[in-house]
Amino acid sequence: MIDWGAIFSNAAVEVLSPTTAAYALAALGLAVHFGYTGLLNFGQAGFMALGAYGYAISVLTFGFPVWAAVLVAVGASVVFALILGIPTLRLRADYLAIVTIAAAEILRLLFTTNTFRDVTGSANGLSEYKAGFRALNPFSFSGKAGFGPWMFSANDWWNIVVAWTIVALACVLVWVLMRSPWGRVLKGIREDEDAVRSLGKNVYSYKMQSLILGGVFGTFAGMIFILPRAVVPSNYATSLTFFTWAILLLGGAATVLGPVLGSIVFWVALSFFSGFVARAVEAGWLPISEVQSGQLRFILVGVAIMLMVVFRPQGMLGNKKEMSFVK
Amino acid sequence: MSSDAIPTKKPVKSVGLHVGDAVPGCKKTDPILIADGVKRTFGGLTAVDVAHVEVPRGAITALIGPNGAGKTTFFNLLTGFDKPDHGTWSFDGKSLAHVPAFKVARLGLIRTFQLTKALGLLTVMDNMKLGATGQRGENLFRAMLPFLWRKQDDEIEAKALELLGRFKLDAKKDDYAASLSGGQRKLLEMARALMSDPTLVMLDEPMAGVNPALTQSLLDHILDLKTQGMSVLFVEHDMHMVRHIADWVIVMAEGKVVAEGDPYTVMQDQAVIDAYLGQHHDQDLGATDTGHVEALKELIDDEQ
Repeated sequence: MIDWGAIFSNAAVEVLSPTTAAYALAALGLAVHFGYTGLLNFGQAGFMALGAYGYAISVLTFGFPVWAAVLVAVGASVVFALILGIPTLRLRADYLAIVTIAAAEILRLLFTTNTFRDVTGSANGLSEYKAGFRALNPFSFSGKAGFGPWMFSANDWWNIVVAWTIVALACVLVWVLMRSPWGRVLKGIREDEDAVRSLGKNVYSYKMQSLILGGVFGTFAGMIFILPRAVVPSNYATSLTFFTWAILLLGGAATVLGPVLGSIVFWVALSFFSGFVARAVEAGWLPISEVQSGQLRFILVGVAIMLMVVFRPQGMLGNKKEMSFVK
Repeated sequence: MSSDAIPTKKPVKSVGLHVGDAVPGCKKTDPILIADGVKRTFGGLTAVDVAHVEVPRGAITALIGPNGAGKTTFFNLLTGFDKPDHGTWSFDGKSLAHVPAFKVARLGLIRTFQLTKALGLLTVMDNMKLGATGQRGENLFRAMLPFLWRKQDDEIEAKALELLGRFKLDAKKDDYAASLSGGQRKLLEMARALMSDPTLVMLDEPMAGVNPALTQSLLDHILDLKTQGMSVLFVEHDMHMVRHIADWVIVMAEGKVVAEGDPYTVMQDQAVIDAYLGQHHDQDLGATDTGHVEALKELIDDEQ
């Protein structure tokens, strides 16, 4: 028989997992880009890779402390955003989409190539960069602590607390900004940038600020992403970007909490489906192999997202009224 | 209020705007905008080739001409939305060549668009507030600290409410601009342009697609701009309207300024009739073109 308890508790673990927080933060960056400014960034994986590698390389190669490594990662993504934005933000939105997806792939291949093996670890990636971060951990109990399905070690709790604190701060920041005159300009640009230009706003500069802000969120997401795992270049393929987009559309593009809720729902659903399918295959309910069952969960999630977009296009937290005027 | 259904006032025409004869490119007593040798080509097509033109201050100037005369392109060039091949132009004594569109707007030259650009998924109030310039909260870092900009934002909101009241849009202030009718969007765009206290307002076809009931109200609003000391330059196809409110008319055809003058005399100018109707409009070319006949009738109507 299927162990439903295990399936549900594994799914519940995803609610708090740092990975969920990382995707939520990356999707929040896309919300700033797409939901509020109308920029099509298909290279969020690139910003996340810069966060991961910027942090890990600073620690491993240069022996930087945690705060300096974070600054290096953020600096790298600001430079990346400038390189992407300077040639493309004067053009139509589609050009940014093409350039970002290509640039993110270039980054991933640069991190994978053997030429820089000493620094990037090539296809094996990087690990052993966590000591500095763990030294800051105020939790010192041994074994696991928590309640219900949420039993974690001291290091795991530290990861969770830091990850979700950053997500919460980012949400507050976006909430404050989008209610400010600055956010009003961004939303105006999303609707019609020529109109905003005719009102005396430097549209190019605002688009650049938006690209940098959302990119920095992606970079922090990349650093959170590597808290519970190693840095592996294949994690930063385009599928990472598209999962982030799926989360954004699931939650609601121009919302603050949509990406967070979207990420939680996405990961809980993914874990639930994979647990269910794996055990259903074991129990002989499904006529497929275990390898096939690993892929089936993505199909199920894909179908779920399609249904969502068809029947609730504004996302879970989006405003229904907005959708009635979409051109 | 100025926007009653029946025309409430006879526009007071400004006179004595020009020096010497009213010929294309004639000097004005007090020009606010001067363009010299502005030329824009698209491939082999010369869209705009204006040798010299001056727009008078404190008056309503109409820019008319048949379709394809280059009026909108000229608008785009003057406001920095397009770059000419060569030429110089200045606004209020400041050269505007190579000045980007947003800086042109900050200098006090605000334009509207032929296809209305209301920001659909912003509320009417947000549309208005966006029009105000010099907002402290529009800086990313100051935006994070609401106490730095809250007071200014309240003042902007009060001003927006006052303008919305004048344009009879105050009841709509919390609705999305996308829910407004075409005419209301034109009104909103004009009201939004006024948020920055411009000195020259450039309206690209303010009457296009507006129903007759709103036309009178829009006309009155344009006349109000002049009463409040602003200069207006507008593109329009409706000759009745041009004659009704314009103090000065500049006629463009095939990219050039072909005539200038007060609205009554300029419409009798041979160059204008040629531009609109073709040089052979009074000769029988064999086919009966009903469109031309009607246009001619309208022109004769206008002259009476």
